[in-house]
Amino acid sequence: MRLYSGFALLKAGFNGQKNWQSLWRSPEPKPAYDAIIIGAGGHGLGAAYYLAKQHGIRNIAVLEKGWVGGGNTGRNTTIIRSNYLFNESAALYDHAVKLWENLSQTLNYNVMFSQRGVMMLAHNVHDVQVFKRHVHANRCNGVDNEWLSAEQAKVFCPPLNISANMRYPILGAALQRRGGTARHDAVAWGYARAADDLGVDIIENCEVIGIRRDATGAVEAVETSRGLIRTKKLGVSASGHTSVVLGMAGVRLPLESYPLQALVSEPVKPVFPCVVMSNTIHAYISQSDKGELVIGAGTDAYTSYTQRGGLHISSHTLEAICELFPMFRRMRMLRNWGGIVDVTPDRSPIIAKTPVPGLYVNCGWGTGGFKATPGAAHLLAWTMAKDEPHTINAPYTIERFRDGYLIDEAAAAAVAH
Amino acid sequence: MLLIKCPYCGERSELEFSYGGQAHIVRPLIPSDITDEALTEYLYHRDNIKGVQAERWRHLHGCGRFFNAVRDTTTDHFQATYKIGEAQPASGAKSDG
Repeated sequence: MRLYSGFALLKAGFNGQKNWQSLWRSPEPKPAYDAIIIGAGGHGLGAAYYLAKQHGIRNIAVLEKGWVGGGNTGRNTTIIRSNYLFNESAALYDHAVKLWENLSQTLNYNVMFSQRGVMMLAHNVHDVQVFKRHVHANRCNGVDNEWLSAEQAKVFCPPLNISANMRYPILGAALQRRGGTARHDAVAWGYARAADDLGVDIIENCEVIGIRRDATGAVEAVETSRGLIRTKKLGVSASGHTSVVLGMAGVRLPLESYPLQALVSEPVKPVFPCVVMSNTIHAYISQSDKGELVIGAGTDAYTSYTQRGGLHISSHTLEAICELFPMFRRMRMLRNWGGIVDVTPDRSPIIAKTPVPGLYVNCGWGTGGFKATPGAAHLLAWTMAKDEPHTINAPYTIERFRDGYLIDEAAAAAVAH
Repeated sequence: MLLIKCPYCGERSELEFSYGGQAHIVRPLIPSDITDEALTEYLYHRDNIKGVQAERWRHLHGCGRFFNAVRDTTTDHFQATYKIGEAQPASGAKSDG
């Protein structure tokens, strides 16, 4: 792998920037692998990377029915934060933020991680109480989060409307300064390039259509649109399609798949310095480095696999944005899309062994999977390599629903689901 | 915006309806008598079908009544709606909603 650097860029300039290599190969699938990951998004590619890098398993394939980063990795609003309420969640999401902080160096690929701060607005007494509770709980867990008055929030984010005449006036905000955004595609591409360099085969346009099990019930092979591939370790990182994939092995999960929409405006000059989220009036917004306002909200109201969603959900979100930031009233929206997110009853993910030997799953991230990409990938790789969970993902089992150990982060995405 | 046919009121905008999840899940008569696994199945596990599924809806901002629907989750096309207590129409039934 040719390392990227300022010097390499300068040197290639003398050749008119020609002869750059592709980031990863396009190999034909081999008949067998030591480990296979289903889903070449950030989570799946990252898991393959950590398996190869930290656990010495090199004969790995990542199978992807579409293209690298074409699912939810390329469809989210790129927000990263770790100010979750419960101890288990703080440990999980802060694990990811710590990996984000060094990810560009680790991968030698600029993922454009920008800790510009994530501010969550409080509009009523309930919000104020809940967010203050979060601030204190986070502080006990070593996660930064601070309470701001409405005036301090306005200083941090000047476009914000803090007029008392608003329908939902702003009473204050919780700010995580270590939170921010990253370039979503770069995360998938960076992990793909680094994993490929360690010998991982990334096989696109290869849909898994069956999971074969041996006489003992353990995973034996996967049937794909490009033939049968044998493996004894299978990790599934298929986001909204996890129920479908694990159904092939007869595993039932507490998941439902909903469309989650996002949209971007036409690009404008830098006007918006941070990420702002509002639970009560249902919207979140940031500005990409390209200049587009990136806007999202809660999921659609009913399950679906359409990757579209209803237009009234988007227009409701835009009404909220226009109330919070009146200067955006005349902005034009450029694109609107949906991704399919798999939601658990307690709004916390599952990163665990399944009842089928050799089958592992990383799913249930609902509306908040992007922020966890490096952490989820690292923990799935750990669980697959050691056949037991890391202490951080030990609580995130499938059995927690049977046993009553829910991690009830129902307000996890800061929007009501 | 979808049009959904309430079996009582006829076609209305989807904004009048609320979604109630997978249909035909039978509540255990005496929950304390069943195993933890069976209760987990009842409370949490869902088919989450990619394709045609039966589901509950409620005409919340209309007659207020619950009914069932058959919808294709890959297209959001409603194949049929029917009253609670009626049998699920065969899949691929003629579209009436």
